Amino acid sequence: MSGRKPIRWHIAVFLAPAVLVYTAIMIVPLFGTLNLSLFNQTPERTSEFVGLANFRTLFGDPRWSGAFWNALGNNAWFFVVHMLVQNPIGILLAALLSSPRLRMAAFYRTAIFIPTILSFVIVGFVWKLILSPIWGIAPGMLDVVGLKSLFAPWLGKEDYALTALALVSVWQFVGIPMMLIYAALLSIPDEVLEAAEMDGITGMSQFWKIKLPLILPSVGIISILTFVGNFNAFDLIYVAQGALAGPDFSTDILGTFLYRTFFGFQLQLGDPHMGATIATAMFGIILIGVCIYLFGIQTRLRRYQF
Amino acid sequence: MAQARISAGRSIAAHAVLITYTLIALFPVFVILINSFKSRKAIFAEPLALPTRETFDLIGYTTVLKQGDFFGYFQNSMIVTVASLFFVLLFGAMAAFALSEYRFRGNLLTGLYLALGIMIPIRLGTVATLELMVASGLVNTLMALILVYTAQGLPLAVFILSEFMKQVSDDLKNAGRVDGLSEYTIFFRLVLPLVRPAMATVAVFTMIPIWNDLWFPLILAPAESVKTITLGSQVFIGQFVTNWNAVLAALSLAILPVLVLYLIFSRQLIRGITAGAVK
Repeated sequence: MSGRKPIRWHIAVFLAPAVLVYTAIMIVPLFGTLNLSLFNQTPERTSEFVGLANFRTLFGDPRWSGAFWNALGNNAWFFVVHMLVQNPIGILLAALLSSPRLRMAAFYRTAIFIPTILSFVIVGFVWKLILSPIWGIAPGMLDVVGLKSLFAPWLGKEDYALTALALVSVWQFVGIPMMLIYAALLSIPDEVLEAAEMDGITGMSQFWKIKLPLILPSVGIISILTFVGNFNAFDLIYVAQGALAGPDFSTDILGTFLYRTFFGFQLQLGDPHMGATIATAMFGIILIGVCIYLFGIQTRLRRYQF
Repeated sequence: MAQARISAGRSIAAHAVLITYTLIALFPVFVILINSFKSRKAIFAEPLALPTRETFDLIGYTTVLKQGDFFGYFQNSMIVTVASLFFVLLFGAMAAFALSEYRFRGNLLTGLYLALGIMIPIRLGTVATLELMVASGLVNTLMALILVYTAQGLPLAVFILSEFMKQVSDDLKNAGRVDGLSEYTIFFRLVLPLVRPAMATVAVFTMIPIWNDLWFPLILAPAESVKTITLGSQVFIGQFVTNWNAVLAALSLAILPVLVLYLIFSRQLIRGITAGAVK
């Protein structure tokens, strides 16, 4: 087959720019980072191959492993809050928005998506101001409903800071699951819903019995996007609490831990090799999560074709 | 009758939930915007009141515009975002066309290779990216950011655009070939104009994270002359923690450009999302 056909150069021309930029800027540095984690700096400022010694330090040395497990645990909680709050709210909003003949749907859609377009810098500072006991918007509003005693400087308390920041992040990103689920709900053909109505399945039970099973693949996609996004998060914590992720590292997640290790902070010197080791560990965690999703969950989801 | 009453009640409940959430979504932005126009005393005395004639004050804005080079930051962000967007759309569409139009050995593999980037964040390669940029002398240039964002945006762009390009009619392209058009002309003249809605979707999804990114500007281009607006406002707000007027004004100035861009594009975004990218 290929013997007689001339080489189709245009295919190469079409593919080359994307493949080259992607390989040079993304794939090569990614593997460079993985590689860097296998080396260490000698006192003579040359690097030497140390195998997996950096990983032994990260998981075994109490000074490193304590910080690592703390960051990983916080990150896991950050993810749990998103899965329990952000995605259900997103699905609920999408379900309401997609109900037929709803007035002002375009307005709601546009308004609810607005926080998602704002930068972390804005979101972080805005919420810091609102939750600040100095300005008093949050305590003032709680006072109106008679709950002033519930107010605490949430971002300053070790017990609450991480959950408060996770909820701020939920506030910011709820628009993404909402939009994706909304699109999935709109793509359910009317015949299916009409058939359900003929059988007397309407309202809530229609959602649970007909629509939800049909949109499960999209729910799977938003779950994995949430996972990748959360285990890669950095900006919000950095803006709201600084690189030290205070109070007392209670909001430290893998992204801030990587940043601090790589660049150093205050008295701690930057260490590119340990930074690369942490990045590699994060790479492994994300890869495991994605694999669990691809092979464990996605293959079991049933897809329906219309 | 009973049926109608139930559905009316349900629709009221739906509106109640949506209005509540809309308020939650907009309230913080609203509070910041109204307070940025008030005097310091009014900000603390009545944080939720609209600015009146007595409390109206632009002191925050004058401080901010005098101190920081906001115009320069804005220009840097514009250059980086527009240039990255251009390369992502052009290179992404070309690769998507090759993958969806031609059958060749390695097609599936190339597609998977490019899709890998959707799942694995480019940030994890930062350590080596910085070394690469130092070695090529690109640190503290806008070029470094443009390259990184182009690579970051390509996987999703190729993925979405190739789905859309599969829907372009083969007859049309073959008619072009019969008329002696080259493959390049078919791509630029016939296919590209037809996938414009998909391009708009990709543009919005690519633009928001680039405009808002703090990580790469902080690491690859922290110098004053190449600061983006996101990094600029972060540093700037940090300096003015106690000057509430200035902080609120700086936040408002950072919110407005994105808000305007979003309101212009939002219609196309919805159309693009619901047109089948997720189906």
